Amino acid sequence: MTTETAIPISKLRKKQPRFRGLESGHRACLGCGEALAARLVTESAGPDVMVANATGCLEIFTTPWPESAWRIPWVHSLFENAGAVAAGMEAALKAQGKSTKVLAFGGDGGTFDIGFQALSGMLERGHNVLYVCFDNEAYMNTGIQRSSSTPHAAMTTTSPPGKERMGKRHLKKDIVSIVAAHHIPYAATASIAYPSDIRKKVRRAMAIEGPTFLQIHCPCPLGWGHEGDHSITVARLAVQTGLYPIIELERGGLANVMPLRNIRPMTEYLKMQQRFRHLFTDDLRAKEELEHLQAIADHNIEIYGLRSDGGKDAFDSEGMDTVRRGGMRWA
Amino acid sequence: MIEIRIHGRGGQGNVVAAYLLAMAAFEENRYGQAFPNFGAERRGAPVMAFVRIADSPIQRRNQVRHPAFLIIQDQALLQVPGVTDGLLPGGKILVNSRQSSAELSEQLGKEAVALQATALAKKILGRPVPNTALLAAFFTLTNMLSQDSLALVLNKRFKGEVLEKNLQLIQQAAGLVPAGLWKEA
Amino acid sequence: MLQALEGSQAIAQAVALCRPQVIAAYPITPQTHIVENISKLVADGKLQCEFISVESEFSAASVVLGAALAGSRTYTATASQGILLMAEVLFNIAGMRVPIVMTCANRAVSSPLSIWNDQQDSMAVRDAGWIQLYCADNQEAVDTTIQAYRIAERTELPVMVCMDGFTLTHTLEGIDIPTQKQADTFLPPYEFSRTLNPRDPLSLGTLVTPDYYTEARHSHHQALLNAQAEIVSADQDWFAISGRKCGGLLSVEGPEQAKTAILTIGSVLGTLREALEEFPPGQPVKLIKLRSFRPFPAETLKAACKELDDVIVLERALSPGSGGIIGLEVLAALSELPKPPRVHNFAAGLGGRDIPLEILPTLLSTLNEPSDKRFKIIDVELEKLPEEDR
Ligand SMILES: Cc1ncc(C[n+]2csc(CCOP(=O)(O)OP(=O)(O)O)c2C)c(N)n1
Ligand code: SF4
Ligand SMILES: [Mg+2]
Repeated sequence: MTTETAIPISKLRKKQPRFRGLESGHRACLGCGEALAARLVTESAGPDVMVANATGCLEIFTTPWPESAWRIPWVHSLFENAGAVAAGMEAALKAQGKSTKVLAFGGDGGTFDIGFQALSGMLERGHNVLYVCFDNEAYMNTGIQRSSSTPHAAMTTTSPPGKERMGKRHLKKDIVSIVAAHHIPYAATASIAYPSDIRKKVRRAMAIEGPTFLQIHCPCPLGWGHEGDHSITVARLAVQTGLYPIIELERGGLANVMPLRNIRPMTEYLKMQQRFRHLFTDDLRAKEELEHLQAIADHNIEIYGLRSDGGKDAFDSEGMDTVRRGGMRWA
Repeated sequence: MIEIRIHGRGGQGNVVAAYLLAMAAFEENRYGQAFPNFGAERRGAPVMAFVRIADSPIQRRNQVRHPAFLIIQDQALLQVPGVTDGLLPGGKILVNSRQSSAELSEQLGKEAVALQATALAKKILGRPVPNTALLAAFFTLTNMLSQDSLALVLNKRFKGEVLEKNLQLIQQAAGLVPAGLWKEA
Repeated sequence: MLQALEGSQAIAQAVALCRPQVIAAYPITPQTHIVENISKLVADGKLQCEFISVESEFSAASVVLGAALAGSRTYTATASQGILLMAEVLFNIAGMRVPIVMTCANRAVSSPLSIWNDQQDSMAVRDAGWIQLYCADNQEAVDTTIQAYRIAERTELPVMVCMDGFTLTHTLEGIDIPTQKQADTFLPPYEFSRTLNPRDPLSLGTLVTPDYYTEARHSHHQALLNAQAEIVSADQDWFAISGRKCGGLLSVEGPEQAKTAILTIGSVLGTLREALEEFPPGQPVKLIKLRSFRPFPAETLKAACKELDDVIVLERALSPGSGGIIGLEVLAALSELPKPPRVHNFAAGLGGRDIPLEILPTLLSTLNEPSDKRFKIIDVELEKLPEEDR
């Protein structure tokens, strides 16, 4: 049977109705990584979900009263309790015998810092919740203050460089390992530079009964100091330099990594962002910090075995990029 | 007391413009007050800031509803309802615009002066930040405060290359509008 | 030196003048600029102290508690949700009688979420046992911050300096920043009678049975009442050094013969001052600025109001299901007078609603209305509400 259609096959896919959990028209900045990530996550999670969202940019830019950009049931309670609110929602659904999946959304501040306790409790008790952390590496909603996710040496308004300081003094917290240490079924990192990888991981998590965790690297043009149209490039470089390893952990053990075909020099990533500007000065301390950051990248590459074996891999950090939605083009 | 309202978009340096204005007044031994109408908005969203300048202490802290002057950092904002609301009779509008002053005045039915501040800023600063150019034009038009004071407060706010370029920018911008056109009678 | 500064910037400088050794804070609008300015002072080596960017307000309050007990002068600042998250620690700090100074950049409380100014946050913790001083302008906020350290350390009570978020914190105006010498003359180095010390071990925060809990509460209450003298003397002594006063517990201005007064708290005072010029009222009107809400200066208030017929209390918070918070306390205090004035109680400016000069005639017009309600939100726009809520 053949069907006549006036639409060329190549455009057909665009006509295909696609579920959207987060509509356009929200108030995020141009090139906001978080907005993109939230759209990808909700799109892949599908309509049979409900969301507990922590305070943060995502919450603010999607719901300027009386408007809302969400097409799924969504509640914002407070900054520090998304994990617990989600746990309550899940318990209620369970009590009612319903299968709707609960998602919890938080920024890095809401996850690594102030909401950490509620998150840990939720994981430990085994609630059937997918917790997504939109990691833009600072408190953006309040104007770019450091969080425990802010990379070492990065400038924020509470970790400014100066006579006595070279940006943030401490290291980025390794949250995914801490989460995995709860021995939950599935924990993973992802990046907006790799949309199909995000989709795959969300679907994977949705299929699991139990607590799952996804940490997505989301550049913030405003807070990182790069142009809005460079968000994807910046995100990709974070992965390709080894600074943001893309990994999957099952029951606490490393299960999968995205290999790096061409490892990029770390400075390529840093140079694109104003938040690392002070590291490119004559200051001796700057040189020291650059070496420090390179050591962190090298360490990641080493412990996660990120170096690819030399061959072409559709799922490595070069190939993944070209694996398009709904089909695979071998790189 | 002179009240001024500045309209712009998040990222255009609205609050900085308001602060610089009040700081310049302060440099000339007048009283100045400046504050933003802070929204939970992001880059690109319409924002406002208020400035008061007076010869005696300013006590009130309410928003400026009836400004004598409006400074509009993005012409498209003139389409946003409420932007020109409350302008005093005879009030003046300075707009960052590529149109001519005459065209704008006719469109608005109010006395307006246009300055291509974004283009100028892009040319000199390399960034589309129109605020200091508009301030320079405003100072020239009103003669309320001197360019020297503006340079002085820029010196307090910026340094290095950014300062140098801004100083260049305000000098050029000041020359593009008729001096004293809006001088207080 | 008089400088054009943003309120937050001025507070950061005032705090630095007090030589704190440990600062812990967590960002929240509209407090952020204070902490950011302090971060900059620390990064530039202009303020030598341990600056701790903690992971929540709960920890911010806890860190300064630990630091103060271990013998350091401390500082923290927060607002709104942050105050509420701190609540448990705030009660604990006060009960332990630890001298800590905190700025509250007053902001409304969620839900609905609002980042804008009102005073619901500090009012919500009015019973925590802290001294609460409210500032009418940025100069007062600077001077009160410095005074707060002396008050706290002499009374061994924590002090919350409340300043309206945005309206003060984000306003640039001329502010006189005292010299280091002035601050040092006024404020001796930190001393705390119960500093933890291995040579003289003390146990703090113990369990107390019903045999002594009541007495503990009694002395805490008494300490707050007694702190009134310290608040007044700090203001006087600071005046001797700086030439500026903040009005002690409360201050009264306006014509002597006035029979009507408007009592306010916080930054709306200036607007009312100018409103009195712009809309000269039919009768003389006094303005009463309540600076100390805790301790509540009942006696001073009674003395200030004994000749009055009407007191209008304008506040920026409410106790849902009851009404005004300050209004009720004013009413209670004044009812002890032989001829108590009528008390009219209004809330306005909730969640950042602008309070215009026109509020003055509106307030005064209520004097002649037959009042069937003790309390009203005076700037509510009824047409926005469903019929049943009006
Ligand atoms: C108890 C409490 N403290 C502080 C805040 C202020 N606050 C709101 S959002 C936010 C930062 C959010 O950072 P993050 O979680 O990283 O999300 P982002 O905005 O960066 O997406 C802060 C500090 C709050 N709302 N509640
Ligand atoms: S500040 Fe950053 S995270 Fe927030 S909306 Fe803008 S780009 Fe997104
Ligand atoms: Mg963040």
